[in-house]
Amino acid sequence: MAHDHDHEHGHDHSHQPHPFQPDLEETPLTHYQVMTQAVGDLLVEKGVFSAEELRAMVEAIDAKSQAAGARMVAHAWADPAFKARMLEDVNKAAEELDIDAGGIPIRAVENTEGVHNVIVCTLCSCYPRLLIGLPPDWYKSRSYRSRTVREPRQVLAEFGTTLPDDVEVRVHDSTADLRYMVLPARPAGTEGWDEEALAELVTRDCMIGVTLPKSPNA
Amino acid sequence: MSKQRNDETVLRRHHDMGGLPAGPVEQGEHDYAPWEKRVDAILRLLGDPKRRIITTDELRRGIEELGPGAYDEMSYYERWIASITNNLLEKGVITVDELGRRMAEISAAWPAGVEERKP
Repeated sequence: MAHDHDHEHGHDHSHQPHPFQPDLEETPLTHYQVMTQAVGDLLVEKGVFSAEELRAMVEAIDAKSQAAGARMVAHAWADPAFKARMLEDVNKAAEELDIDAGGIPIRAVENTEGVHNVIVCTLCSCYPRLLIGLPPDWYKSRSYRSRTVREPRQVLAEFGTTLPDDVEVRVHDSTADLRYMVLPARPAGTEGWDEEALAELVTRDCMIGVTLPKSPNA
Repeated sequence: MSKQRNDETVLRRHHDMGGLPAGPVEQGEHDYAPWEKRVDAILRLLGDPKRRIITTDELRRGIEELGPGAYDEMSYYERWIASITNNLLEKGVITVDELGRRMAEISAAWPAGVEERKP
């Protein structure tokens, strides 16, 4: 909620009006926004978690982006031994770079000259969020979830990614227990680049597999 | 589509949509609203090693049980908070009375009120 009244806890909750932000208070709440506020408040009052923990978690979620994943990809491009370890076990390889990939196993699938990978979660929205941030809306949409497993080339084309016919497209359907990230192929023309510069080419969408990394000439 | 395809469709549950026909992928994105981040944070805390109150599978089970109509009408984080709340009620972490009372208080205190729910 934009008006965060977690700071009020610790005293009687029966209820002075909250200090509202004038621009927000003119907008009606939805039923589920009210539920969200109420459930969070009740859990704080019951001591399930503290208001500080809740606030810190929101901040941590906000801070996640594709940066951690991009750093891993760039390191894998620069260091073949690391790449091999990453393909073996993403979560463990992440630790080498002080990246927390979480407790759910993530598998990296490597794009090569002959193979292009793309990830989807047909059942819901499983996604390597600790490495590449919160999923975009379209990843959770009915159209992406339905069509990617049946007509991946058409879906990729909608993202502007047209692959030659002789490139095999592999679609990976994530689950609550196993997630995927795409390890894109290193773009030609980046010989001698340092990892920081390489990481700049690695977008969220190319780690989902709907696009290729940015062009080094762009 | 063939008859077999229709049969297959009937046997699926509504969340199981892989391979079904659908329109173009809408690539617009919205920034997550504060309340959506709060839902996400609540779940992350409830599932962390310190608490282990709701697992990812329990969240999903709750979402899949919403029924086809609700599933399609609700937004992503609406489905999440509905499932989280049902799980907390089932586990006795919060009660229906507490929840109802608190929601009524929050609604009454909000100057612009609460949107009517669709019937």
